[in-house]
Amino acid sequence: MVPASWPCPLPGGGTSEEFALSCDAGRDHRLLIIPALFDEGNKLRRFTVEVMRRLELARIDSVLPDLPGCNESMLPLVIQNPAGWLDAMTSAARHFRATHVLGMRGGSLFTPKSLPAFHYAPVKAATILRQLVRARILSSREAGREENREALAETAVTRGITLAGYEIGPDFYRDFEPMVPDALPTIIGQDEVGGSGLWLRAEPDENGAQADALAALLTGALRA
Amino acid sequence: MPDQTDLLLRRILTDVLGLKPGQADTFDDDTGLFGHLPELDSMAVAGLLTELEDRLDIIIEDDEIEGEMLETYGGLLAFVEAKRGA
Repeated sequence: MVPASWPCPLPGGGTSEEFALSCDAGRDHRLLIIPALFDEGNKLRRFTVEVMRRLELARIDSVLPDLPGCNESMLPLVIQNPAGWLDAMTSAARHFRATHVLGMRGGSLFTPKSLPAFHYAPVKAATILRQLVRARILSSREAGREENREALAETAVTRGITLAGYEIGPDFYRDFEPMVPDALPTIIGQDEVGGSGLWLRAEPDENGAQADALAALLTGALRA
Repeated sequence: MPDQTDLLLRRILTDVLGLKPGQADTFDDDTGLFGHLPELDSMAVAGLLTELEDRLDIIIEDDEIEGEMLETYGGLLAFVEAKRGA
């Protein structure tokens, strides 16, 4: 597994070099993995990489690109929008010559339609935002400030909002909120992987049995 | 005998806190939660409440969330039982 980069299209033209983690031996099966979003992305990062290691042992190539504005990206998150993220993932798929794509949780909202897709425990954007907004209300209350959901939503779509440290622009919030995962891809539910989802954990955690199970499901499906 | 809500709540706390199987069985009414467990910060509490909603089929309004209900296991159980009975 090595660091790699790929040219990510910028909205005004041109490209920005973005980071990806890559297991590339030029094999026939090449899986692009769209990471989980925001706080869940941190919770699931190690699990995602553990799945990639297992796919490598099963002789399946995989690549995990950054979403622009996230992880190692030098671009500001606040200027991103969902259409740009989808373009970025489509470009990454092309650059790495992906044959299939896997969306992790909210990453399932950004799987390019041009590739056969798997969605691991997909989630609606509204559910992700509901939880982030609730965390903001709770932490404000701890600091002695009362905020309510309606006012925060209004602020979010007019001026943008910071949720769990993520600076989300108004265009992003407005376009993201109604997004739901496509119905067409193969859904891999947490019940098939076993145990409880690692995105639920208060602290990032790992689980070898779950990584084994998800990698085995993907391997079986890719070789079918 | 613990009732169904009690069992479900212990199960959900096990999942959120990453407890070992059986560890949540030792929780009693006075076991401290929010403010006592460093890993249970506001993001984790938001996750916990969302999971409670999903698995117990209840809706928790933001203004219902008070320090008291989150402070101890007994407080949270009483809140959830009242919600389910409502």
